[in-house]
Amino acid sequence: MSSDQLEIEQLEVLSFLQRHSPFQELSLPEQTTLAQQIDVAYYRAGSEILTYNAPLDALYVIRSGVVETFRRNGDLYNRLAEGGLFGEQGLLRGKKVRFPARALEDTLIYLVPAVAFEQLFDNNEFFADYVEVGDAMRRATPRLAKAADHQLMSAQVCELVNREPVMLSADATVYEAAALMREASVSCLLLTDPAKPEHICGLITDRDIRNRLVAAGLQSDINVQQIMTRELVTVQAEQFVFEAMMIMLRHNLHHLPVLQQHKALGVIAIADIIRHESNNSLYIVSSIYQQQTVAELAQLRPAVQACFVRMVNEDANSQMIGSAMATIGRSFKQRLLELAEQQLGPPPIPYCFVALGSMARDEQLIVTDQDNALILDDRYVAEQHDAYFAALANFVCQGLDQCGYPLCSGNIMATNPRWRQPLKVWQQYFSDWILKPAPEKLLHSNIFFDLDGVWGENQWATQLNQQIAQQAPLHKTFLASMARNALLRTPPLGFFQDFVMDEDGKHNKSLNIKRRGTAPLADLLRVYALSLGFDNPSSYQRLARLSKLNILPKGRADDLRDAYEVIAMTRIRHQAAMLQQQQNPDNNVLPEQLSEFERKHLKAAFQVLANAQKFLKFHFQA
Amino acid sequence: MFYLGSTQPSPTRLNWQQRFRELAQSSRHLLLRQYYQQGLVSPDTPVSETPIMALDLETTGLDPSQHGIVSIGLVPVQGQRILNSAAQQWLVKPRFELTNSSVRVHRITDSALQTAPDLIEILPEFLAAIAGKILLVHCADIERRFLTAALQVRLGEPLQFPVIDTMALEAKVHRAKPLSLWQQFRKTPRTSIRLSASRQRYGLPPYLPHHAVTDALACAELFQAQLATRYTPNTPIADLWS
Repeated sequence: MSSDQLEIEQLEVLSFLQRHSPFQELSLPEQTTLAQQIDVAYYRAGSEILTYNAPLDALYVIRSGVVETFRRNGDLYNRLAEGGLFGEQGLLRGKKVRFPARALEDTLIYLVPAVAFEQLFDNNEFFADYVEVGDAMRRATPRLAKAADHQLMSAQVCELVNREPVMLSADATVYEAAALMREASVSCLLLTDPAKPEHICGLITDRDIRNRLVAAGLQSDINVQQIMTRELVTVQAEQFVFEAMMIMLRHNLHHLPVLQQHKALGVIAIADIIRHESNNSLYIVSSIYQQQTVAELAQLRPAVQACFVRMVNEDANSQMIGSAMATIGRSFKQRLLELAEQQLGPPPIPYCFVALGSMARDEQLIVTDQDNALILDDRYVAEQHDAYFAALANFVCQGLDQCGYPLCSGNIMATNPRWRQPLKVWQQYFSDWILKPAPEKLLHSNIFFDLDGVWGENQWATQLNQQIAQQAPLHKTFLASMARNALLRTPPLGFFQDFVMDEDGKHNKSLNIKRRGTAPLADLLRVYALSLGFDNPSSYQRLARLSKLNILPKGRADDLRDAYEVIAMTRIRHQAAMLQQQQNPDNNVLPEQLSEFERKHLKAAFQVLANAQKFLKFHFQA
Repeated sequence: MFYLGSTQPSPTRLNWQQRFRELAQSSRHLLLRQYYQQGLVSPDTPVSETPIMALDLETTGLDPSQHGIVSIGLVPVQGQRILNSAAQQWLVKPRFELTNSSVRVHRITDSALQTAPDLIEILPEFLAAIAGKILLVHCADIERRFLTAALQVRLGEPLQFPVIDTMALEAKVHRAKPLSLWQQFRKTPRTSIRLSASRQRYGLPPYLPHHAVTDALACAELFQAQLATRYTPNTPIADLWS
């Protein structure tokens, strides 16, 4: 090229690089050089971009559009929008496509050639971390996982390996082995064949030294081969954690070498598995029942939060998280009631403790009031029995407060005498609400229509749900009142499809994802559930049954379910992110902290909700 | 001025291969003879196998008799890829005074152009870069008239070449039917076939216009989107050029 020719200014490419990670972090000369190396390709919606195992010559950066990448079995791996990258896994591993990609919308791709990619990867630490380490994290944020493709038990053994194996040649003495164990502070060494150092021929643990050397009266200068374990039981890196656990239980092992093909990757101990599993919701539930005092129960709070964060990071969907948290909340109530009965003695008459609202709907999260009530046996006589149940309610509600479920500001709790009544009074309450509806009165009793028995005579809760399911569909005025109330809270979308922010207090630039999103959606589902006589209060059950009936226009129930998932997951991720930053989680989402992709989908979800509200209004003449 | 439509009833039928062979003989200037001698792909070559070069000229105005070229941008296209990394750009000094409004449009100032060469100096490089390739532009009329006029002045002969015009491809879709009476009555605006409006229809991002390489890239991207939407990789090149 002659000197007459200008250095090419790639203005648009450069300004794009300057707006997106990991390129915006590069120096200006690096950005300028990179901008001059980029080629461009266009893919129409639905077309294949990359096919599995095809040769790969570039990093794909999305300039505009949306792309989905897939696992080999066809499961969705990731969904990416403007600024998203793909192909980096393939470039790092043999320049072959590992995750096939397809354009979901018309997509323009900027191609960073493999040479430029490698240069940046080798010379720029931030870039290398971003494309390699950051992959899992970036994936967790914008992803909308399919409901079925996740299992809590899917963690692989290699995730537990946190250090290189400590190895020693098998011709060393036990003394040398013990010294190395102390130095590396490990309780187990892998022993290599002196002739073939690559080959692991045995394993020695501190227990072996105690049991086979000290207890047997041998000297520490003997060869390790005399006391080492020769028949090694091992696990492969990609096997599941629960498989490793089964192997260790079956062979009564405390240490298990992890191999990648034939190479030793590390050793896992039983404690690693326990630590891994201790954030599991099932583990928390079982430990709730082992606590003996309210104070001990309150100490489980951090474990509950860790479990919540972990489920979010493992891409659990909102239903799994919501029902796990509801199960944990229910267990707290049950254990508190057991403890209360231990302290107060057995109840004078049978009762049923019920959960209301989000716990009953199986969509409880980490920030949640307690909403509960007591249904008492019809033989209830206030003078004889109320002192006991007032004390019981007080014990449970105060206990819940200490365990992280704050008292209900609307006083919908069993401590309120109005909500501590015999079954026949509850039946009368519901009849009054349904037969003589007054919108203002119903506004405060919405929550009673999401009701679930937790402890005691749970069949009474079922009876009340059946009564509601029989009466509600027949009473149009009641349904219209409920529908009117369900329309009071609208999604935060402005005329130009922009987010409308709440302007209250210190959160004056946020949007309250509960008040403007999940709550109006739950209200809307409740109205349909009531009108159709559903007797299960779970939001997921309501959505599933709604989509089977032809109540909504074709496809709308499915849209509603997707919208529910988007809104709920935005709220869940927001709370998990706050917990990870050691802040008190709330419901105030800052739109600028969402990715472009999340914003776009959240807007679409709000639009679905807004349309569903219009339809509800029409449907019930509200 | 050179209008293909006026000399040939059906431009797509025009045998550009044959025309280039004739021009390689009849042209007087060596540079042009060399350009035509590079020849062209045959009209039935699939578009995916045709070497294509997106071109954009930035000019001081719209009239070739009063305005001049200030910069030239080229971006090669091969198959599904736009080889933006092989883009070329020249700044050239027009033989007409620069007006204030054109400075504002191109952000190229007088002082930058004072040191720029005359088009004639970069012509060998430019012709070598486009020889054997099919030019791709948005609004062929402007590019053709300016190149023709500039070469007529400098070499005494015009430049003739086939062009793929992304604007004409858009017009085929959006201007195929005249507006109905009802639409005329309602003063329905006709669909815009300008570069930025056309790009928007294909979901392409907005680019700042009036920078030669960026405009050539923008045009190449629009072409890829048009191909992906309405044509196949096997579409013969003669269906697209004029």
